[in-house]
Amino acid sequence: MSLELTLHTAPEVPLEAEILSPDRLQSLSPAAIEKARVMHGNRPLALAEFFRIGGQPGDEIHLHGDLARVKHVGAGMSAGRLVIHGDIGAHLGAGMSGGEIRVEGNAGDWVGPEMRGGSIFVAGDAGHMVGAAYRGSAMGMLGGEIIITGRAGNEIGHAMRSGSIAVGGDAGDFSGVNMLAGTIVVCGRAGNRTGAGMKRGSIVLMSEAEILPTFSYDCRYHPVILRLCLSRLADKGLSVDAACIKGEYERYSGDAIELNRGEILIYKS
Amino acid sequence: MKIKSTEIIDTFAEAFKMWGTRVIITGESRKWALAAARSMTGLATSVIGCTCVACVERDLPPESTPDRRPGVSVLLFTPDKDSMGKRLLDRVGQCVMTCPTTACYNGLEGAEHTVNVGGLLRYFGDGHQMSKRLGDRRLWRIPVMDGEFLVDEEFGLQPAVGGGNLLILGKTAQATLRAAAAAVRTMQETEGVILPFPDGVVRSGSKVGSRYKSLIASTNDPYCPTLKGVTEQTALPPDINCVLEIVIDGLSEEAVRRAMHAGLLAAARPGIRQLSAGNYGGNLGQFHIPLHELLAESAP
Repeated sequence: MSLELTLHTAPEVPLEAEILSPDRLQSLSPAAIEKARVMHGNRPLALAEFFRIGGQPGDEIHLHGDLARVKHVGAGMSAGRLVIHGDIGAHLGAGMSGGEIRVEGNAGDWVGPEMRGGSIFVAGDAGHMVGAAYRGSAMGMLGGEIIITGRAGNEIGHAMRSGSIAVGGDAGDFSGVNMLAGTIVVCGRAGNRTGAGMKRGSIVLMSEAEILPTFSYDCRYHPVILRLCLSRLADKGLSVDAACIKGEYERYSGDAIELNRGEILIYKS
Repeated sequence: MKIKSTEIIDTFAEAFKMWGTRVIITGESRKWALAAARSMTGLATSVIGCTCVACVERDLPPESTPDRRPGVSVLLFTPDKDSMGKRLLDRVGQCVMTCPTTACYNGLEGAEHTVNVGGLLRYFGDGHQMSKRLGDRRLWRIPVMDGEFLVDEEFGLQPAVGGGNLLILGKTAQATLRAAAAAVRTMQETEGVILPFPDGVVRSGSKVGSRYKSLIASTNDPYCPTLKGVTEQTALPPDINCVLEIVIDGLSEEAVRRAMHAGLLAAARPGIRQLSAGNYGGNLGQFHIPLHELLAESAP
């Protein structure tokens, strides 16, 4: 059983719709779902003011329409499957602990901030702060998996503690800034200051990148762990060059201004 | 009951409850994966004299291993659940981690019981080890002189069966050896079993106890052809001059039965007078595998 929600009235200002999560809606009747509250700017309105509701409540929701102004979808989600057939706004899956979100279009800023589990797959591009910590928080992503097949903006994985983020295209500046642990993979080009302030964790880059002077070169080798990580990402739909899966990488340790226990692996051949 | 000219004795193999695990070893080439596996399965033929039983189960093509490199799977059995961790820690640490290019993975995913291996081996990294979580599994990357040794944190284990066996009674040593080799070739194709003795065959079958107090087992004199004229309990007809045994340990009774069945069919050939099995009167082992029942099960 799946619930089908189709946007019939585009919001004039951002619409905050945390309620759009399988575990929140599956126990409600269709009538109750129509009356569920969403915040249109600073005004609480019924969900039916914006969405036409079809199907039956269950552990799967399909959202249709241009939802670029709909925020906090899937926030706090713990189970179920959420499929967005179009673009989606900011804070997608914020703090989620389980379940699966799939976006067929592009996603806004703050995809999966401080998420603890589950998975997010974005078929298009994503904005800044993917899997990041909110300003003032000590830790970002604590678990789970985010795959962006297109590009991503700045500060992906900011202060992440566990889990993995993979970007099929280019990533902006400060990827993995202050990261505590976990894995970031960038198949395109990474921006400036990658890994700045990282304590532990791995950043895997498929293209040449600027390495901060507080990182030290270790060696060139074949990391077997990447065969597992990258094969897994390829199985999940990320386009990964087969040569990169088996390939040789340069390893840099850093950031020396912190613990110096992190690593940046750059594909060579 | 007969298969061609070979008589199948109406008896049963008596097997025992064990705990088993499967370890997958990969390497840059099959040579190195096999080198580690052979080292890891050394001195592991029988719990009578070894701390565990272990052997290579099969070759694994690259497409079926976790890191898509050539590999082999190893099965390892212990009499009790608690000792499995120690055996794996010792053998993975001393024989696989030491072998160039290899990595070591849990081959029993989803097992109800697990034992921590990589999570203890990681201390060899002296603080430089790193872990990676992939889905539900955690792997440890331990820095070594050729790069990194990658090992799963936890390995699955499950109840298993040890001590399934076949006895091949031949008229000559040559005929018996040929029949044993043919049976081993066939039995090794069965998934989930190992034949832990040298190339799958054992000549020194044993009985429980000894006239010497310090020994828990001694030669199986009823099956020794040189003692036919000495022992009153000989099990050998006059024209039998050689007996070889194949011992089977498996992850399930069903796997052991399949291997034994295949072995019976392959070993029944000219020069083999009888096929039998070893037991202790049914008083010790938890599993009894009657040979006639095995053959009847497969009858069309």
